[in-house]
Parts: sequence; C-alpha cells; structure tokens
Amino acid sequence: MAEKKPIIIMNDVSKIYHVGGEEVRALDHASLTVYEGEFVAIIGPSGSGKSTLMNIMGCLDTADSGSYILDGQEIDDYSEQELAKVRNRKIGFVFQNFNLLSRLTAEGNVELPLIYQRLGHGERKRRVQAALERVGLTARAEHKPTELSGGQQQRVAVARALATNPSILLADEPTGNLDSKTGDDIMALFHKLHESGATIVLITHNEELAKQAQRVIRIMDGHVTEVR
Amino acid sequence: MLIQSIIMAWESVRSNKLRSFLTMLGIIIGVMALVVMVSLVNGATGVVTSEISNLGNDLLNVSVRDDKGSPLRLQDLNELASDETIRYAAPTGSMYTTAKHGYSDINASVTGATAAYFVIEGMELEAGRLIKTVDVENAAYVAVLSHDAAESLFSGEEAIGKTITLGGRSFRVIGTLKEDDSLMSAMFSSNSIYIPYTVESRMAGQPYISSFAVAAAGDTGAAEQAVADYLLNRFAQDDDSFQIINMSSISSAMDTVTGMLSLLLGGIAAISLLVGGIGIMNIMLVSVTERTKEIGIRKAIGAGRGTILMQFLIEALMLALFGCVFGLLLSALILMIVSMIAGSITFTMSPDVVILAVVFSSAIGLIFGLYPANQAAKKHPIEALRYEG
Ligand SMILES: Nc1ncnc2c1ncn2[C@@H]1O[C@H](COP(=O)(O)OP(=O)(O)OP(=O)(O)O)[C@@H](O)[C@H]1O
Ligand SMILES: [Mg+2]
Repeated sequence: MAEKKPIIIMNDVSKIYHVGGEEVRALDHASLTVYEGEFVAIIGPSGSGKSTLMNIMGCLDTADSGSYILDGQEIDDYSEQELAKVRNRKIGFVFQNFNLLSRLTAEGNVELPLIYQRLGHGERKRRVQAALERVGLTARAEHKPTELSGGQQQRVAVARALATNPSILLADEPTGNLDSKTGDDIMALFHKLHESGATIVLITHNEELAKQAQRVIRIMDGHVTEVR
Repeated sequence: MLIQSIIMAWESVRSNKLRSFLTMLGIIIGVMALVVMVSLVNGATGVVTSEISNLGNDLLNVSVRDDKGSPLRLQDLNELASDETIRYAAPTGSMYTTAKHGYSDINASVTGATAAYFVIEGMELEAGRLIKTVDVENAAYVAVLSHDAAESLFSGEEAIGKTITLGGRSFRVIGTLKEDDSLMSAMFSSNSIYIPYTVESRMAGQPYISSFAVAAAGDTGAAEQAVADYLLNRFAQDDDSFQIINMSSISSAMDTVTGMLSLLLGGIAAISLLVGGIGIMNIMLVSVTERTKEIGIRKAIGAGRGTILMQFLIEALMLALFGCVFGLLLSALILMIVSMIAGSITFTMSPDVVILAVVFSSAIGLIFGLYPANQAAKKHPIEALRYEG
C-alpha cells in the first residue's frame, strides 16, 4: 500500500488561557497526525481540552506555540482572513448543537458555505442537491430547522459540512444532543461517508462511540496520552 | 457576492417586519419632514416670487421728497427717458375719489397715466383702447377702467363709449383692462381708473410729479444709476431728497429670505433624519448582539470579516432606503392633500428634493450602520459560537 498522505500534522501544540491570574493549560505540547481517508476518534473526559484541540484543528483559533500543518499548508501565522478562507475550503464542521441558521431552509443552510466560496448559482444548486442526497434528506430541502427533528437537523449540518468537499470533517460530540437511536443513525452516516473516502475526526467522551472509529487518540489534561 | 449579501440582508429585514418598520420609522419621519417642508416652502415662494416678478423685475419706483424748488414736470421725465439705459418713464401719482355711473357709485383710485404707464405696469387691454399721448397733450376727459371697476360700475353691461363721473366731471370710457389674476389684486380690491396725467394733476391740484416709475432698457442697476445721477444733479446733490426702490433688489432680498427659510427647515429635517440614523444604529446594535450566534456560524463556515461587515452594512442601508421610499410616498400623499386644501397653489415634490432625500438617507444608513456592522465583523468565531442568547 502506498504511503498515506497526512492531512493534519500537529507538533507540540500548546494553548494557554489566562483566567484571573491563573494559567489554564488547555493544550500542553500536544502532537498528533491524521491521514487522508482515516476515521479517527479523539476521546477524553470533560475539560481535557478536546474542544480546544478541535478549534485549532478547525482553524477557528490559533495555537500559542507549536506548529500545525493542514493539508500541506502551515497555518501558524495565518491572518484572520486567511483562516476564514481555510475554514471555508478545507474544513467541514459538525457541532453538538447543529448550529443551523433558523431563518434559512435546509437548502439555504447547505448553500451558505458555497456562497462564501463565490460559486455560481447552478454549481451551488447542483452541490446542495448532491450533499442532501448523501445524507438522505432530499425530501426535506425546503424545510426550516424548526420543522425538522434533531436527527434531521444534524443531517443538514453534515450536508453543509460535505457540500464544499472539505479535506476533513470535524465533528464535536455530534450525537450529544440526540437520543441513542438517532445518534446511531448519524454514526452510520459517518461510516458511510468514511467508506466513500471522507476523512473524519470525531470528538467525544463516549467510549462506545470511540470504539467505532478506526483509530483512537486519547487526551487528558491537555496531553495526548495514547495514540492507537 | 454583493448580490448574495443583498439577498441575505433582505431576508433578515423581511424576517422581522415589525422591528424593521420601527427601525425605519425615524427615517420615514425624517424624510417626510424634509420633503414636505422643502416642497411647501418651494411652492409658496414660487407663488410669491412670480408675484414679485409680475410687479416688474426691471422696474424702478421713484418718489421725490424734497424738490428743492425745482420740481419735475412731464417733459423732464421724457428727457430722462431719452437716456439709453432707460426705456420708459411715467408718473404714478394717484388720488382717491368717487366714480359714478347712473345709480352705481364706487370708491376708486384714479391714476394720472401716460401711454408709457401701461407698458411699464404691464397692463393689458381687454376692450377699447388705452390712453394715448394725444389724450395727455389735449387733457382729454377719457378714462380706462380696470376689470373690477368696470364690473362694479357697469355690472356686465358694455362700458366703452359710456360716460362716468369723477369728482363732478364727466369722462368717456375708452377702454377696459384684463382681469388681474395676481395674488396681490386678489387680496386688495382694485377699483382702478386711469385718466390722462394732465387731467389728473389738474384735478388733484398737483402740477408737479412727486412719484414716477422707470422701466430699464437692460441693466436695472445702470438705469438706477442714471436716475440717481439725474436727480442728484437736479436736487443739489442731496441723496435724501428722493428715494429709488429697485424691484429686482426686492426679489433678490426675497430670494435670500426664502433661501434661508429652506435652509432652516431643511436643517430641522436633517436633524430628524440624524435622529432616525441613531435609531437605526441602536436597533442594529441590538440585532448584532442577538445574532451573535448567527455571526459565529457564518464565520465558522468561512465568512470573513469583510463579508460580515458588508452584510450588516447593506442591511442598515436597506432599512434607510426603504424608510426613505416610504417617507417619499407619504410625502407625495401629504402634498397632494395640502394642494387639494390650498386650492390655488399646487405643491409638488421637486426631483432635487427626492435626490437629496435619497442621498441623505443612504449616507445616514451607511454612517450609522458602520459601527454595528464593524461590531459584528470583529467578533471572534469561537466566542460567537458559544454565545447563547
Ligand atoms: N475561553 C476560555 N477561557 C478560559 N479557559 C478556557 C476557555 N476555553 C476552555 N478553557 C479551559 O480549557 C480547558 C479545556 O477546555 P475544553 O473546552 O477544550 O474541554 P473539553 O474537553 O472540550 O470539555 P467538554 O467535554 O466538557 O466539552 C478547560 O479547563 C476549560 O476550563
Ligand atoms: Mg468540548
């Protein structure tokens, strides 16, 4: 098998928050690599630094020290504008609380990142259609988030993340707000996407979910403790 | 991207109609104040200035206070009129007396006129003829009646050729004038009768000219100078001995007054527009805070600072412009109603005022939208995403 291409390379990444004179080391010299086509789970207890890690991976925030290379690009001293562009082109987010825009329909939500890519109308419609098809929600395209169940909303969020064909799909507790049956459906969807070639990083504190991934990275008090 | 930003702004404006309307209210009222006040002033001054120019813009009214023992006669005026800057000069002396015809009698102002007088005053004949130079030379007992005077004395009957009595003397009516439809004559009744200057001065016991009118040949200022020179020469260089009223200086004074009036009212309206702008800023700031989460989501999926700034700025601009359009429509309605009530004067919205309102509203929307839009644009994506409102 040919050499696998790394999508994420993090080296000695630290993030320190200062709260009232106290230093909180949310990430302490964390290093990890995620390869193309992998399905990786990052697991750790509450407060261990999982979300902080995801924010840096997702270019929502930058590290205080260390280096981060995403899909061959060194992110470390990118400007706000450049980070926005990287998020738009290379990252697909799926959040615990869906984070859809309530004013827009399912279609409108999925279309949004494509608008920010300045794609033409026809191309956008085509991609929205394809993304909704992949999550099995074509029938609900015209519905607003309030007219959809939690599971359906999360599917819309996944479709929005997929629409731009990102290098990586970042999911932070994507099943945290769903009942176990619906959660299983979303996990099944992730497996299906993984089989069709997507690179997925799943962040969770749930051992059962983590087991379903190809590989598990454990994190504790800001340290990466175990890579399997 | 611009089109998309406009669509996004429109969706947001549309999704909260009541709030959007309340936000616009300040601009609506401001635009209404601006457009209605300026249009009313314009309409009213339009009427007044046309009145003043009806009085004759190239007209000088001269009155002699102290003739220094060398009074003016008709031939002096003719001499004055031969100056190249002066077209006509005519005495304007008049007296009040009773005019009778049959059983009807009226109080009329009787003016001693020359042929030039009618030209200077811009009077138009309805029937018959005007007073000619021969009538003046021969001191003929003939009279020209104003439309009102003819109505009062003859109540619709043919007046020309009939005889009227003025101060106990009989005059033959030779002509009647067209109705004067100016505002001035609507306010003051104009029972005016014109007889040859020579006859009037004899009846009034006033052989000299104490007031006269001059029509300039071109430049009114040059004519004024010529008249002043002539009179100074005659009256021992005493510039208190006569007074020249330049009608064009009255109308330019009027222009200054109305200009200041529109400026003042426009200023008041501008202030109310400004207050409307502050309203937009307030609501936009609230809206930006409320939509922190939305901003976080947009940023997470790749909207940059500029994109967010543009979206909110366009939203503010849209609110201001919609407010402006509403304001203009309401103004048009108000002006229509006022015109209906006022009757004789029609108030219209001039394109200048419309352009002014649109430009001003847009500027207000942009200026007062900038701060909230910038607040939105500079939010940190993580903090914005974490916000629960
Ligand atoms: N903005 C912040 N300011 C200060 N401290 C922060 C901030 N964000 C996170 N922290 C701290 O950093 C540490 C790691 O937080 P993080 O949110 O990454 O944990 P987590 O693993 O995602 O937890 P959970 O499973 O509960 O979501 C915690 O101790 C937290 O208190
Ligand atoms: Mg977390």
